[in-house]
Amino acid sequence: MSGIDIQKLNVWFGKGEDRVDAVIDATLKVASGESFGLVGESGSGKSTILRAMMGLVPDYSGHMVVADESLTKKRAASFYKKVQMVFQDPYASLHPRHSVDQVLSETLYLHGYKDIDQRVPKLLSDVGLGGAFRFRYPHQLSGGQRQRVAIARALAPEPKILLLDEPTSALDVSVQAEILNLLVDLREEHQLTYLMVSHDLAVVSHMCEQIAVMQHGKVVEILSVEDMRKMQPRHEYSKHLLTSSLGYSRQSADL
Amino acid sequence: MPNDSNNLIDVEDLWVKFPTRTGMFDAVRGVSFSLGKERLGIVGESGSGKSMTGRALLRLIRKPGIVTAKRMSLHGEDLMAKSERQMRKVRGQQISMVMQDPKFSLNPVMTIGEQIMEAYSLHAKGSKKAAKEKALEMLRAVSIRDPERVFRAYPHEMSGGMGQRVMIAMMLAPDPEILIADEPTSALDVSVQGQVLSIMDKLVEERGMGLILISHDLNLVSSFCDRVLIMYAGRIVETCRADQLQQAQHPYTRGLLNSLPRLDQPKRRLDVLQREASWRDASSVVDAS
Repeated sequence: MSGIDIQKLNVWFGKGEDRVDAVIDATLKVASGESFGLVGESGSGKSTILRAMMGLVPDYSGHMVVADESLTKKRAASFYKKVQMVFQDPYASLHPRHSVDQVLSETLYLHGYKDIDQRVPKLLSDVGLGGAFRFRYPHQLSGGQRQRVAIARALAPEPKILLLDEPTSALDVSVQAEILNLLVDLREEHQLTYLMVSHDLAVVSHMCEQIAVMQHGKVVEILSVEDMRKMQPRHEYSKHLLTSSLGYSRQSADL
Repeated sequence: MPNDSNNLIDVEDLWVKFPTRTGMFDAVRGVSFSLGKERLGIVGESGSGKSMTGRALLRLIRKPGIVTAKRMSLHGEDLMAKSERQMRKVRGQQISMVMQDPKFSLNPVMTIGEQIMEAYSLHAKGSKKAAKEKALEMLRAVSIRDPERVFRAYPHEMSGGMGQRVMIAMMLAPDPEILIADEPTSALDVSVQGQVLSIMDKLVEERGMGLILISHDLNLVSSFCDRVLIMYAGRIVETCRADQLQQAQHPYTRGLLNSLPRLDQPKRRLDVLQREASWRDASSVVDAS
């Protein structure tokens, strides 16, 4: 089993008067092999949940069981072999002076692989990049190609769970289609579990079976993609998000 | 090419070029269009030249960039022939521009009020008191609930949506005839996006302004604008009525539309755009609508 079970997660930043509660009592369950989406506006805490899982936030409370491992404050190295994250901006998440080969080799080395030279081309071909890209630097790649490298890096330790933080929001729509197709294929090939954050409801509905809507740090509703496609959310806020995502209309904007 | 006097802007054969080490790079290649009192959308991917077209209208392309056009006129007055001093009169007063990210377009060390007053008094004579009145009125016009407080606030105290509304307020203070909005809502959340758009919509309607909305978001443009130009590699590949964008003919437009995931039409794989060299080479479509 390599699912995600989060119970009553609270994340806050700062203390005293400056305390900001970023995530409040979030509870969600993702079965192994499932693809789960988190949607909401900026500041609703969706990315913070991913960061809490990866151990990237200082203060949190609550229970998280990820890939059969009950998480404590410290993550073992073996945890990152099972869970990996892809960040939003491929321009910012790759070292500008490291070639693709260095990026991937270093990751493989840190995860203790010995056959690095064989694995790098395999990783590249997994994400649809030819061998010619191996010795390029990030500035020689387009946005979509960079995101492919970032995905290859996340796949390096052969994880079971991928956390995707707005993986296509910095890309053009045609490139977005390529990356989404790639993610769908990879999930099938490697039996991955996805937890994906996006502000774009159409993207989430394309990728995920279950969707949690977040507002002000709280999960206000968890609904299936079928209900979302039928435009039948129960919560008022989800309805509002759905209608605004369909484009501009004079009536809805006046609300 | 329509050339009636109702047109606010007429552009014919506009080119924007940048000299590079490997030769001349054409960012905009022979674009022709006109703008009336309407909402015109320009869509395209990054690098298609849509922002450059908007900037060229205000002659905001910096050297070594080169702008040439057979004609680029505002009310029949040639913009290309104006001196830099004359252009400064046009900018803000006649044509205003709202940029993408309020974080980078507002002065961080001036209060919101000072900035709007500055924009206003550059173009209108009048007392400081009148300028303040105008600034507060503009803030109210963009649905800011507490204009007095926002007037005294600094940009970092604003949220993204507020900042963008402040930008719009500032741009509208000198009462321009034309507003160029370059991705005005892409840094904003969907619900705030709706509010900002409805403010612009109302202002266009009430003041009879012309609006050019530059965006990469096809859904937004087709639901908001009256008419759309679709740009690819520096040229206009297709123009159509915004509500007919879904029936667009050009393979590039079709490709873009099909590559979008849709809530109402699930499919397992998204279509990937196959680019053809001929799209790049053909000459620009003349805006005939």
